[in-house]
Amino acid sequence: MDAKTIKQEEVLKVVGTRPVRPDGVPKVTGLARYGADFALPGMLWGDILRSPHAHARIRGIDTSKARALPGVKAVITSADFPEQKYEFLGPERVAINFWHMTRNIMAREKVLYEGHAVAAVAAINKAVASEALRLIEVDYEPLPHVIDVDAAMQPDAPLLFEDMITRGVEPAPARPSNVSKRIEFKLGDTEAGFAAADEIVELSFKTAPVHQGYIEPHGCLARFDADGQGEIWASSQGHFVVRAYTARLLDMNIGDVLVHPAEIGGGFGGKTVVYIEPVAALLSRKTGHPVKIVMSREDVFKATGPTSGSSMTVKIGVKKNGKIVAADGVFKFQAGAFPGSPVMNATMCGFAPYDIPNVRSVGYDVVCNRPKSAAYRAPGSPISAYAVESTMDAVAARIGLDPLQFRLMNAAKAGTQTAWGPKHAHDGYAETVKALLDHPAYAAPLAKNQGRGVASGFWFNNGGESSATVHITEDGSVAVATGSMDIGGSRASMAMMAAETLGVAYDQVRAIVADTASIGYTHVTGGSRVTFATGIAVVEACNKVIDELCARAAMIWNVGKGEVVWEQGCARFSGQDSGKFEPLSLKAIAAKRAVTGGPIGAEVSVNAGGAAPGFASELCDVEVDPETGSVKILRFIVAQDVGRAIHPSYVEGQMQGGVVQGIGWALNEEYIYDAAGHLLNAGFLDYRVPVASDLPMIEAVLVEVPNPNHPFGVKGAGEANIVPSMAAVANAVANAIGRRLTELPMSPPKVLAAIDSGRRG
Amino acid sequence: MAKHHVSATLNGNAVEYLCETGQTLLEVLRDELQLTGTKEGCGTGDCGACSVTVDGRLVCSCLVLGVEAQGKKIETIEGMAEGASLHPLQRKFLEHAALQCGVCTPGILIAARALLARNPDPTEEEVRFWLAGNLCRCTGYNKIIDAVLDAAREMRGN
Repeated sequence: MDAKTIKQEEVLKVVGTRPVRPDGVPKVTGLARYGADFALPGMLWGDILRSPHAHARIRGIDTSKARALPGVKAVITSADFPEQKYEFLGPERVAINFWHMTRNIMAREKVLYEGHAVAAVAAINKAVASEALRLIEVDYEPLPHVIDVDAAMQPDAPLLFEDMITRGVEPAPARPSNVSKRIEFKLGDTEAGFAAADEIVELSFKTAPVHQGYIEPHGCLARFDADGQGEIWASSQGHFVVRAYTARLLDMNIGDVLVHPAEIGGGFGGKTVVYIEPVAALLSRKTGHPVKIVMSREDVFKATGPTSGSSMTVKIGVKKNGKIVAADGVFKFQAGAFPGSPVMNATMCGFAPYDIPNVRSVGYDVVCNRPKSAAYRAPGSPISAYAVESTMDAVAARIGLDPLQFRLMNAAKAGTQTAWGPKHAHDGYAETVKALLDHPAYAAPLAKNQGRGVASGFWFNNGGESSATVHITEDGSVAVATGSMDIGGSRASMAMMAAETLGVAYDQVRAIVADTASIGYTHVTGGSRVTFATGIAVVEACNKVIDELCARAAMIWNVGKGEVVWEQGCARFSGQDSGKFEPLSLKAIAAKRAVTGGPIGAEVSVNAGGAAPGFASELCDVEVDPETGSVKILRFIVAQDVGRAIHPSYVEGQMQGGVVQGIGWALNEEYIYDAAGHLLNAGFLDYRVPVASDLPMIEAVLVEVPNPNHPFGVKGAGEANIVPSMAAVANAVANAIGRRLTELPMSPPKVLAAIDSGRRG
Repeated sequence: MAKHHVSATLNGNAVEYLCETGQTLLEVLRDELQLTGTKEGCGTGDCGACSVTVDGRLVCSCLVLGVEAQGKKIETIEGMAEGASLHPLQRKFLEHAALQCGVCTPGILIAARALLARNPDPTEEEVRFWLAGNLCRCTGYNKIIDAVLDAAREMRGN
């Protein structure tokens, strides 16, 4: 780091406090503008026709009647989008293929899931657009479909892509299948490891796909001109990604697309991709009018997200003393209709909290007739953690060890070898386990029908490309802009880090999110990367500004630049007779900016390395109703290593929110399909996310093992919290009823069946 | 078919608008009157993001037709602050960090105000059950409950 970054041991004045966010007031007064809240003169409404079939060949689309309807200005199909090259781009963990992406946005040869887009219209109002959709005639040849991941892997399963050969298998298979990719990570010799084990536990699990469930449906407004340039107002987790994908899918220069960051009403990973922006842009280009598209909730459920459902088998071998000697995991993930489940993350993260000499972790990415999966909070990791941490619990019970002590004695730390290559570079895991062991709740008594479960989890956290500008305004107040969409309070944390670095009050700094033309490229708000990576850009920009402020002070005093230091928000003369000059504040220097060289500001773009992972450990107490199988959460404690919390309230909020999503995943949430492959619960009434009355207070315990690679020690806060949650609930339920369920969600009928099988047994 | 002419009171002001028979109050507020503070999360009355009050009664505006507002008093989030002075609930939501993305916030504030109007001293459980019709996916509800209880305390004057 730059030598001038603030040292950890110095007293922090702003970092660690809890000021109100700069975007707070507009959000409580209804004035904040989200994706659906924009309008322009002459605006048309766009709408999208979606497939009623889970799997069908498109023999033809007749749009003539729709085009003839008064008020309809354009009708488009996949024929209006340029074809894309078939190639996987970017790192394997997050690889994208535009041949797939353009087909997901608008089906070409086939529809691959119910809700798959097949055509779009732009019309003078919503009612006409909706009527036009009814007039589009699509000639479908229905095909057999497959929903379940194990069924999709069968040799006789209906194929989504007749020529897809599994990647990552040598030699390449002769026959096509629905398995897009096989991956394997290996460390040591698992066969020898299991042979040396005193006890081995092997369990198989299934999880249902779950939706990110952001309350704001996708919405955007696009305005494109005849010269091909245009603007988009969209709610997303990355307006630079919206820009890049839209330009690519419409064969435009990236620089011809300007994307304005709308406020985002939740994303959780699900808004790191595009669905409607290229469609609105194309409709606008065709009509010469601004076009607005807002998805319905039903469309959101049927055609966006969710994360993968899975089928998994985990085997763990231990010595009697509790030392794990071998582990094996097989993780089969539903990618949905196109390749790209988060199974690679799952194979990497599952065993990552532990120091295990012999590990094999195998993943399968499997397509099936469901919406294409999208990222969801620590993508992949909560799923494999559910299997691994449930098995860990069973192992601890088998050898009679306390489940937290068992985890602690096998805890990974800095220097521990991972199965995927590098050694862990940071501590933090053991500290989260100790936080639970030290918590009085861990020894609190339980009543009848109650149970306690613990579990842990790992998430990489991320760095990457970010840009920030810091400008000193004419009166000495400070304007900070970044390219990071603010999804959970990052404007506040950026302003806080800037205030701390500059040595000024929080209220003197205002932070905004800049549009794609006003600041350098910045990757998505995801991977728990923003406070880390964008935070580094902000602090480095502040340091550049401080350099300049010192130079200006030197000019004002007519002294050498080396004789000026920046302390407590002022330039101070540090040469001989240091009382000679009164310190110069930001305000004083700003007042003389014109005569000392002009406006004062800096832009910094970084590709931040040195991200440190997040670990979390969680404790859950439940009470199971033996008559109904209903599970009530009595207590939940999440201990997460965040490195350092810049704004503790917002960090706690991330932890509480992540846990509650995990509770929904564990107990309620699932996609229910009928035999024809239709989603039966595409609404919040039947797809039940947790509501306030389902829950107790979630206790957030901030563990802070600072990351030396960030000026304030930040690791990241957004994701690690959800990783252990399903396993913690599952282990608590197992403890309460004395039997282990191995399928999520643990809905009342399943819990009741497990209780009843125990009664019979 | 001709549009309907509707006269109502909106946040204390007389308002007139034209709407289609099938247009919901939510659509009228957002698309005709440009009051986009009331949010659509589902359009089926399951998420509470579009909560408003009609003659003091808490409703999902996506389940009310625009024509039904004839002669009624509608209160939306845009009318909650008095001028530049925030309602205690709004202030407490900010102080307690009770919002993350903020898209459920207008509906929750309107619902919470309706709760405190009928029960100025609710228990935590009463707040949780009253707000069970308002989904929040970001916060886990902790800080929302804290904020409502704290605002109630302040509004009771202790």
